[in-house]
Amino acid sequence: MRNDSTLLPGEAMFRQVIPAGDYWIDIIKTGQYLRIVDVEGNQAADTLFFNAADVAERYSAVDTIRAQRNVYLGFGSKLLSTAGNVMAEVVADTVGRHDTLGGACASESNTVRYALDKRTMHACRDSYLLAVAQHDRLGLGKRDLSHNINFFMNVPVTIDGGLTFADGLSGPGHYVEMRAGMDIIVLISNCPQLNNPCNAYNPTPLEVLIWDSNVQ
Amino acid sequence: MVYYETFIGGGKHWSLTLGAGTCLRIVDRGGGANVGMLFYNPRNLLERYNAPDTLKCQHTFKLTKGHCLYSDMGRIFCSITEDTVGWHDTVCGNANRELVAARWGEKRYQEHRNDWTQNGHDAFLVEGGKYGLGRRDLAANVNWFSKVTVAEDGALVFDPENSGAGRFVDLRFEMNTLVLLHTCPHPLNPSAHYPCNPVALQLSKAAAVADDDFCRNSRPENVRGFVNTDLYRNCGGGGE
Repeated sequence: MRNDSTLLPGEAMFRQVIPAGDYWIDIIKTGQYLRIVDVEGNQAADTLFFNAADVAERYSAVDTIRAQRNVYLGFGSKLLSTAGNVMAEVVADTVGRHDTLGGACASESNTVRYALDKRTMHACRDSYLLAVAQHDRLGLGKRDLSHNINFFMNVPVTIDGGLTFADGLSGPGHYVEMRAGMDIIVLISNCPQLNNPCNAYNPTPLEVLIWDSNVQ
Repeated sequence: MVYYETFIGGGKHWSLTLGAGTCLRIVDRGGGANVGMLFYNPRNLLERYNAPDTLKCQHTFKLTKGHCLYSDMGRIFCSITEDTVGWHDTVCGNANRELVAARWGEKRYQEHRNDWTQNGHDAFLVEGGKYGLGRRDLAANVNWFSKVTVAEDGALVFDPENSGAGRFVDLRFEMNTLVLLHTCPHPLNPSAHYPCNPVALQLSKAAAVADDDFCRNSRPENVRGFVNTDLYRNCGGGGE
């Protein structure tokens, strides 16, 4: 189900393209709007949130799905922290379903999932590690790289307990938009995975836009 | 042969370090138990159980016999070598103090002593703290004996009849592992009263992992997971 935004890109205070395989990290203030655009379609945005005032409080996939009693994220989902606080709420979504079970790809998990010689392929958790190392003033490290959201990724669960990585429901220009419930550090890895359909085997750019809280 | 057995009441917590080659049997003594569990590499606590990696590499949402529990480093902490339950949850996390109070009412230590209503989140903070772990180190845990299915639209459905008295699960540890555990209620348990169900823990020495081992060969991914784990252990990283 589509829930379009009324915010105009021309009124955004910030716009930036994230090339495939890169990361983006920034602070979004309470009430500001963050839109992530799947520019060319079928591109996973592996996303983490941290409370900017207390980074030990961070996005919690398990608390989020338990509280909404649904494994899929979409319009209206409240993205909860490990302390049960709303870090952000999805206020627009043109896709309808996003994943928070599949985690981020890693060179180590690639060896298990695909082949031992995939060890040196670029992966989201390498981007995360570089991001927190290059921004060590934020006080983040490997222990903080917990279970993330995969915007635009489709990971259906079956009634008998199966789980698959399916072709995405997203397409060129689709987006998800959220309003921050607290000052949050946002860390996005634009997923470089080449071994499964999460990026249609062809990683492409994402774009992020930010609007100030008084835009509407 | 079981060389150690202990009983843990409902709503409690414990931790222990298990060497490679150890078998841990967890027994639901009266039915309806829940055992929250997290796993860490005692040699490098930054290596920890990763539920997403575990689920996606085995294309499963549930845990049962034949599945391996992976660390974030592509290695196997333990394999599920036997399971008389059939479905264990690893995506719903823990109840916290607020949830326990709202659903079942809070019993404080002051009035109720060791029958107080503990919660899984705080239990992990206490046990993890004994090893220098804190809020930043918690991850999605296993909830042994608890079953949560997913409906077509993604809705979570808790099954209160999943486990019965005497049901058990066997974990064979493939590398040295720090285990944090609690017996606090599953966060989706709809019981009218605070669920407080005891378990038994039994330790024995596991048989060597044969070439035709069921867990190792249950999926090609697990063959590779065992290669990674064997490499680590054979280089002195995680076992004898």
